[in-house]
Amino acid sequence: MFADFPLLSLIIWLPVIGGVGVLLNGDNNPWARPLSLLISVLTLLAALGLYIGFDTTTHQMQFVEMAPWISSYNINYYLGIDGFSLPLIILTAFSTVIVVIAGWQVIEHRTSQYMAAFLIMEGLMIAVFAALDAILFYVFFEAMLIPLFLVIGIWGGPNRVYATIKFFLYTLFGSVFLLLALLYLHHVAGSFSILDYQQVSLSLQEQTWLFFAFLIAFAVKVPMWPVHTWLPDAHVEAPTGGSVILAAITLKIGGYGLLRFALPIAPDASMAMDYFVISLSLIAVVYIGFVALVQSDLKKLIAYSSIAHMGFVTLGFFIVFRIFAQSATGSGAVLAVEGAMIQMISHGFIAAAMFLCVGVLYDRMHTREIAAYGGVVNTMPVFAGFAVFFAMANAGLPGTSGFVGEFMVILAAFQANFWFAFLAATTLILGAAYTLWMVKRVIFGEVANDNVAQLTDINNREFIMLASLALIVLVIGLYPAPITEVMHASVEHLLTQVSQSKL
Amino acid sequence: MMFEVSNMSFALPEMFMLAMACVILLVTAFLGKKASSYAYGLSQLTMIVTAILIYQSVGENGGLTFDGTYIKDAFSDVLKLSICLMNIAVLLYSTHYLKTRNLYKGEYYVLAVFATLGMMIMVSAYHFLTLYLGLELMSLCLYSMVAMQRDSKVATEAAMKYFVLGALASGMLLYGMSIIYGITGSLDIATISVLLQASGWNDTVLSFGLVFLVIGIGFKLGAVPFHMWLPDVYHGAPTAMTLFIATTPKIAAFAMMIRILAEGLGDLHQHWQGMLIMLSVLSMIVGNVVAIAQTNLKRMLAYSTISHVGFILLGILSGSQEGYAASMFYALVYAVMSLGAFGMIILMSRQGFEADNIDDYKGLSERNPWYALMMLILMFSMAGIPPMVGFYAKLSVIKSVVDINLIAIAVVAVMMSVIGAFYYLRMIKVMYFDKPVHAHAIEAPADMRIFLSANALAVLALGLFPGSLMAVCAIVFS
Repeated sequence: MFADFPLLSLIIWLPVIGGVGVLLNGDNNPWARPLSLLISVLTLLAALGLYIGFDTTTHQMQFVEMAPWISSYNINYYLGIDGFSLPLIILTAFSTVIVVIAGWQVIEHRTSQYMAAFLIMEGLMIAVFAALDAILFYVFFEAMLIPLFLVIGIWGGPNRVYATIKFFLYTLFGSVFLLLALLYLHHVAGSFSILDYQQVSLSLQEQTWLFFAFLIAFAVKVPMWPVHTWLPDAHVEAPTGGSVILAAITLKIGGYGLLRFALPIAPDASMAMDYFVISLSLIAVVYIGFVALVQSDLKKLIAYSSIAHMGFVTLGFFIVFRIFAQSATGSGAVLAVEGAMIQMISHGFIAAAMFLCVGVLYDRMHTREIAAYGGVVNTMPVFAGFAVFFAMANAGLPGTSGFVGEFMVILAAFQANFWFAFLAATTLILGAAYTLWMVKRVIFGEVANDNVAQLTDINNREFIMLASLALIVLVIGLYPAPITEVMHASVEHLLTQVSQSKL
Repeated sequence: MMFEVSNMSFALPEMFMLAMACVILLVTAFLGKKASSYAYGLSQLTMIVTAILIYQSVGENGGLTFDGTYIKDAFSDVLKLSICLMNIAVLLYSTHYLKTRNLYKGEYYVLAVFATLGMMIMVSAYHFLTLYLGLELMSLCLYSMVAMQRDSKVATEAAMKYFVLGALASGMLLYGMSIIYGITGSLDIATISVLLQASGWNDTVLSFGLVFLVIGIGFKLGAVPFHMWLPDVYHGAPTAMTLFIATTPKIAAFAMMIRILAEGLGDLHQHWQGMLIMLSVLSMIVGNVVAIAQTNLKRMLAYSTISHVGFILLGILSGSQEGYAASMFYALVYAVMSLGAFGMIILMSRQGFEADNIDDYKGLSERNPWYALMMLILMFSMAGIPPMVGFYAKLSVIKSVVDINLIAIAVVAVMMSVIGAFYYLRMIKVMYFDKPVHAHAIEAPADMRIFLSANALAVLALGLFPGSLMAVCAIVFS
């Protein structure tokens, strides 16, 4: 009986309908905040229910729901999750709770609309991870742009209109090619099911076109160098909650898309083009690392650091072909993909925490300039503790989740090519350099000015929010097995898919 | 020779509408000042009863009547029903406009009902002459409607342009029809279709006739390069008239195109496909790019219409039943969106303030969050962003060209929809991100508010559950 319960639909539609409810309640409604928190917590609990009921021994889709939706085109309401989607769904549900708490006192202007936007977005993003019908996927993939567009545009900084329109058009530009690719695949496969797409054989030329369509759609989301320029703008102008969701979830949708579409549907083209993606990833790791070093704006620095970290994700996905070429066993390939997945999850928590730390400072000082700070530890010791911890995690300190993913990917990269590993490992130095230098300038030293001297330390709300994130970062760092266990069967399955030629 | 009695029941809705149009004309002529209210009530009644008559005949056996000049089939039922239902909303929205502008006269309703009759004849015509008569009945009513605001220079100029270019288009169409008649010896769509299946026709002469037909249709639809009249007329005409022109006549023009090209000249598909590709690609490019530069909302929507026409043509040029169904879906969806968008302009406007500049919508979401949300839904739908229904319209027409392997055209279409997204986003930006410059309460009566909200919510609801409408379109062409 429990097996038939549409848990995925519940997790998708509870926040969406709840969000609409909050919206209709009207602004200045004192219930908007508690109601939003209740909805997001319930969604998180339901998402944890997925984890409990999840069967880690199989790569098959679980919690499958199927209902006809647009019968004349044979488009179905087809949901299901595997080891790749489950951790990302839980990450989404968790991040939304954090965002609701983060916006509790800070957002005084149109609060209901703000909360509603994030709740609706949560449902849509979970649906992206759960959709197994290509058109259903695309619908949610695009629809989630609308709330984010409004969030940045309404509650953002001074240059928000430019940033949000750039963000929207950039991602829309990428995704329309995805739509064409999906329609073409339907033409070939005769069905809109993503699982059927993964079965069809395609010529190398077809695969190459499809691969580039997928790449442009998802590379913009990840974002990979050189289509990353929307991200720093969007991050800087977005309100804290918007930055958290952008960093924690939206970027992951890009990585997830590569896993779900590009690799299994076009494995031969992915193999032929892997040097291309690997080069872009390494450029992101090294070059963007340097770019991050010279930023004077806190949020911009973290935004660039996100791009560099996401470079590891794409690197991990695409070195598998080189590893296969080097050794027959391919054990390093599992390491690479699992490392990349852990990197995505871990970055979701760490980047969210970093943006929240900036948010905490910004709420008090109303500036994000590094130069405006200095000696924050003297007035906000508890906050400084958290900030230093997250900065260390961002730099990849062993014992934190930031270390696990990077280390696995670097280790796997050694099996592919020494120089890949060498360049990737520069992140350990660069990441430490830009993060710790920032910490030094903002947190430590003498109290820089009167504004800093008047700072008050974090309150209980902020403490809970940062402490829960710190706990998770630490737990994943010390014991990542629960996550790798969930995704292991799916990773193995993906690797068999990519190692079989479809020609 | 047997004398066959035509099956009148196939044209019962049109006959009823004709009778009612005459009644409304008489009421208007003899009742004096009170006439406008009666005319309004009677024309709404006409639309509703006609819609019921059509609805009752849905599913009944159809066929040709009046010596093969008139047809009742699933296609005509669905389109005529949509025309009548949408015109109920059109009349409702425009009445509010007319009342506040001193234009509330019975003549408008007489013209509206006659124009609707013309559209219904266009949809059901199966003979070139019947088709032409329906087209002219509709067009002449529309020309006079635009000219109704006699003392407005802009409106008069718009009416003049509309009339001259419309007459030119009709001339082209008629010329094309005459050439086809010259070759095949028939004006009957069914006969022409059968005759053309045989080989041995002179392709050059046929294409020559075809070109004029396509030009005529292109003019009526507003496809580039025959679009010049459209922005001026949309801009210049009083908003109520723009609303009328921009919605149901497009459905009728679509029907005319299907009747002539797909059903009559279906065998010349490879000839008209190339022409439609040109029209479609140019319309999408010009419509979307030029719309960016507009500061007037009505003009922007005019260019947006041109780009939508380009998308509608995509489905037809594919030449498949699925493509026709996709185009039909697009045309219906377009009409609903356009109805909402122009309705919104009427809602925001009042005497002395037309609300037709984009800047007039600054900060609407703070002044009036509900209608800002409705406009947001409409704009995102026109931009083709899911979950609004406009996305499925674009999806289905693009799918139809991908299925015939015209990937390059599909690429142009999606690129243009990204460019198009910009000006719809700008509208949302103005409403949501800018500060309000003036605060006016909305004066519209409750019925208009409810209808308009339902209109916009329908765009969202159809987007969440597009299956049934798409299925209807697919059944029509199966």
